[in-house]
Formats: sequence, structure tokens, C-alpha cells
Amino acid sequence: MISAGRPERLGRLFEPALRAWTGLVYVFLFLPIVLVVIFSFNASRLVAVWSGFSLKWYGTAWTDASILDALRVSLTVALINAALATVFGTLAAIGMQRVGRRTRTAFELMVYGTIVTPEIVIAIASLLFFVTINVDLGIPTIVITHVVYNTSIVALIVRARLAGMDRTLDEAAADLGATPLQTLRRVTIPLLSPAILAGALLAFTFSFDDFVLTFFVSGASSTTLPLRIFSMLRFGVSPAVNAIATVMLVVTLTCIFTASLIVRRHGRGDAEGGLLLAAARSASQREAA
Amino acid sequence: MIRRPLKLVTAGAGGVLLAPAALWYAAFFVVPLGFILVFSFLTSADYGGIEYKFNLGNYPQLLSAPIYLRIFLNTMGMAFSGTVLCLLVGFPLAYFLATRAGRWKNLFLILLIVPFWTSFLTRTYAWLILLSDNGPLAHVLRQTGLLQGDLGFLYTYKAVLMGVVYNYLPLMIFPLYVSLERLDKRLLEAAKDLGAGRLQAFWRITVPLTMPGILTGCLLVFIPLTGEYVIPAILGGAKSYMIGNLIGDEFVSAHDWAFGSALGMAVIVLLMFLIAVYFRVARRGAAAGMSL
Repeated sequence: MISAGRPERLGRLFEPALRAWTGLVYVFLFLPIVLVVIFSFNASRLVAVWSGFSLKWYGTAWTDASILDALRVSLTVALINAALATVFGTLAAIGMQRVGRRTRTAFELMVYGTIVTPEIVIAIASLLFFVTINVDLGIPTIVITHVVYNTSIVALIVRARLAGMDRTLDEAAADLGATPLQTLRRVTIPLLSPAILAGALLAFTFSFDDFVLTFFVSGASSTTLPLRIFSMLRFGVSPAVNAIATVMLVVTLTCIFTASLIVRRHGRGDAEGGLLLAAARSASQREAA
Repeated sequence: MIRRPLKLVTAGAGGVLLAPAALWYAAFFVVPLGFILVFSFLTSADYGGIEYKFNLGNYPQLLSAPIYLRIFLNTMGMAFSGTVLCLLVGFPLAYFLATRAGRWKNLFLILLIVPFWTSFLTRTYAWLILLSDNGPLAHVLRQTGLLQGDLGFLYTYKAVLMGVVYNYLPLMIFPLYVSLERLDKRLLEAAKDLGAGRLQAFWRITVPLTMPGILTGCLLVFIPLTGEYVIPAILGGAKSYMIGNLIGDEFVSAHDWAFGSALGMAVIVLLMFLIAVYFRVARRGAAAGMSL
């Protein structure tokens, strides 16, 4: 009330501006996707010109064996990769808290190293490696290469959550007689579950969508969906690409929706964990004060 | 005294927990990087492949033509402007999600991931449709009289930059969101009670306390952007050719594996240098935040 004038006006503009900006960014993010969905129903052969409603591109995509095959390869790679990366990354994140300083620093160097090294460099390095040791390129080499990067992603996400948690709960469990394994299974991992799920989803997505790594280590026999789409874009754009993208969108949205339902069902446990955490934190703060 | 055995047990368990990831990194990350280091000192065979003959000429070849230096500078410029733009565009959004979204928070977050779940290539190529000279945007602009002639946006530096912001934005927003959400809102109330204006509270509390998120976001955008391959290939022209494209082409079309390896090593060294600078800045930034 005392400080009228500019700060006040700025304050009044702040909320609508923030909301408008958020809205604009979402439009920016979704405009191309909406466009792809609309143009997948386009009768015209020309991708950028609308000439009427048609479902023919879905038929074209669905009867194309090479597209279905690519989809199968992509799903296989992404699922195996997500499973491995989630296990490795989660264990590593927890492990990093429980080792000595020197081990932790060495390990962190690896984690950041894999993230910091550009994909194209890892791609050519892996290619040289596999070719030189005479490994046939295919699904296993794609998965191997993907897991390197995604393990680090999962580890960082889970560790961010761990850093926000305090260890009092672990210690309390241990004081109450839980073995380290029990503590891990019944206290640490349940508290981490949202971060683990987020990490797994990201690992799946990165792998499903990856182009660069896959392009170099896939060999001639196994083509993933992104590789297939890229070659379709190169040899004349077909509107069938829009149909494939739309189907992928529907499938993945269904997956996310299911996942969020699962999270919500298990959410109560997590809310309890959160409450415990808040209680523990306020207790330790009171102690400090 | 009672605690000591417990600590020993957990310390041993830590090593076991790290082992799978550590072994994977060693075999499939460290060893392959060793391979390109070695290959960068070998000789390329005439039609692809490699001859095991020591050769120091791959690195000087980098400096042999100004075009290589120009591509490196181009790439750095693109990575820098892309990161700054992502931060400027993403921060207000992350702030909104963390403080204003309320019970819609999860929906907003999911919506942020949805574009990520559609093919990266398709998203980029959608801009190709949208921005083409006969595309929907040009059409709308012509109808409203805002545009005469062609849009002329595609295959330019700006088009690549826009594609970059579009594709990398979620990588910036997520770490920002996480650190903003963890920010204790009572600190802002306290600042307000003590007479700080909104801007002052923002610069002196929100920004320093979310610095880890800001730095992580910048790191997550800048690094992969340096090796970007696809966006310039689809949206860019000759002027937005980046290091990643150069390296890739040495393996795909030029078949000069040794020179390609040397380029890869050069990128690694460059990034190590930039990261060292970054950590120095980060440490100073953190120190400034602490002395608040």
C-alpha cells in the first residue's frame, strides 16, 4: 500500500503476462503436432496443400511392411533399453550416496562424461568399436549404445530426488532394525518411485526417438522408425509420414495416460512418504534451531 | 560405536550398486572413446576403413582450410544462442508450472512431454510444412496482408535456431521446474515481509537458489546442441552446417574415418575446455548465492 506506482503496476501486469507467455509457449510446442495430425487426413499428394478429407495415408502406412517392421524394431530397442537403463541408473544413484568420496567422483566423471560427449561422437566411436572387434551391427548394438546415455539420464533424475530427501528416514529404518536391503526396498525405492518412473519414461522416449546413435550403429538389417521416416523424407515426402506420426502420438498418449493412472493409484503411498519426509525435515530444522 | 558396523555394510553395498553401470560405461563408453583417439592417429584406407599406419596428419588437416574453423565457430554461435533463447523462453514457463499451476500441474507437465513423444524427425519436418513458402503460415499472412511475396524463412540460420529452441526447450524446462518447485516459498514471503519488491526477491532469492537448475538446464541444452546433426540437415542450408554434420559426413559419404576421428577428438577437447570454464563460473555463482 505504501509503495504505490511502478512496482505495483509491474506486479499487476506480472500474473497475466506469465499466463499469456505460458499459453504462447504451449501453442508453439503443439502447433506443428496439430498440423501433422490434420494433414494426415489430407487427400492431396502435396504435403502443404489441403484438398479434402481422406484416410488413404493410414492405409498406405499400415500395409507397408517396412514401416511395421521398423516399428517393431523401435519398440524392442526402446523397451530393453528402458529396462536396463532404469535398473542401472537407479542403483547407481543410490550407490553414489553410499560410497567413498573418491569412488563417487570417479563415477560422476563417467556419468557426466556420457552426457557431455555429443551424440555424434559416441555414435562414431561405437561404430568404430563394433566394426573393429567384428560385432555384427543390429538390435543388440543399438541397445548397447542407447543404454550408455540413458543410464546417466536415469541416474541424474533419481539422484536429484535423493538430494531433496534427507537420510533420516533411511537411518530411522536402520535404527529400527531393517537390513540395508530392506531399507532399500521398503523405504528408499518407494520414496524414489516418481523419479524412477520419470527416468524410465525419459529413457524409453530418448531411445524410441533416437536418430543419430541408431543411424550409425544399426547396420543394414535393422531399421528403426526414425531411420525409416528419415529415408522417407529424403526420397520425396509422402503424407504417409503424417499418418505414422499420428498413430505414434495416439499410442504414446495412451501409454502416458495408463502410466499416470498407475502413479495415481500408488500415489497415496508416495503422499504418505512425502508427509513423513516433511515431518522429518521440520523435526531436523527444529533441532538445528 | 553401535553405528560403525552399519556404516561398513552400507559402504560395501554402495560399490555393488554402482557396479553394473560402471562396467557398462567402461566397456561401451570408455573403450570406444579410446578407439577414436587411436584412429585419429591412423591412416584412412582409400575406400573407407582404416590402415594401421601411424599418421600425425589428421589434426593439421583441421587447420588446412578456413572452412573447418568457420564450421566450428558457427556451431558454437548456434549452441550459445540456442541455450540463451531456451532459458529466456523456458524460465517463465517453469516458474508458472512450479508456483501457479496448482492442481493442473501434472497435466501441464505431461503436456510438456507429449511433443517429446512424437517423433523428433516428424516434429522438425512439421516446421518444414508450416514455414514453406506455400504453407499455412504464409497463406494466413498473405490473407491478412502482412506478407507480400515469399516467407523465405526456411533453410536459414533463423530457421535452424527456431528448430533448436522448439526441440530443446523441454530439456531446459524440466531441471528449472524441479529446482523452482523445491524452492521454499516461505523465503519469498519473508523477503516480501522485509520489504523486498518482486524483482528484488526474484534476483536475490529465486535466481540464486535455482542456479543449480539453471546450470543443469543450460548444460543439458548446450552439450547435445554442439553435436546436433538432424535439425540443420532438415531446416538448414549451407550456412547452418554444423560440426556434427561434418563428422557424420566423414563417415557416411567421405569415408575418411581417421579425419572424422580427429574431428571427434577436437570436439571433445573443445567441450572439456568449455565445461572447465562453466564449472569455474558455476562455483563462483554458487559462492555468490551462499553469501546472500
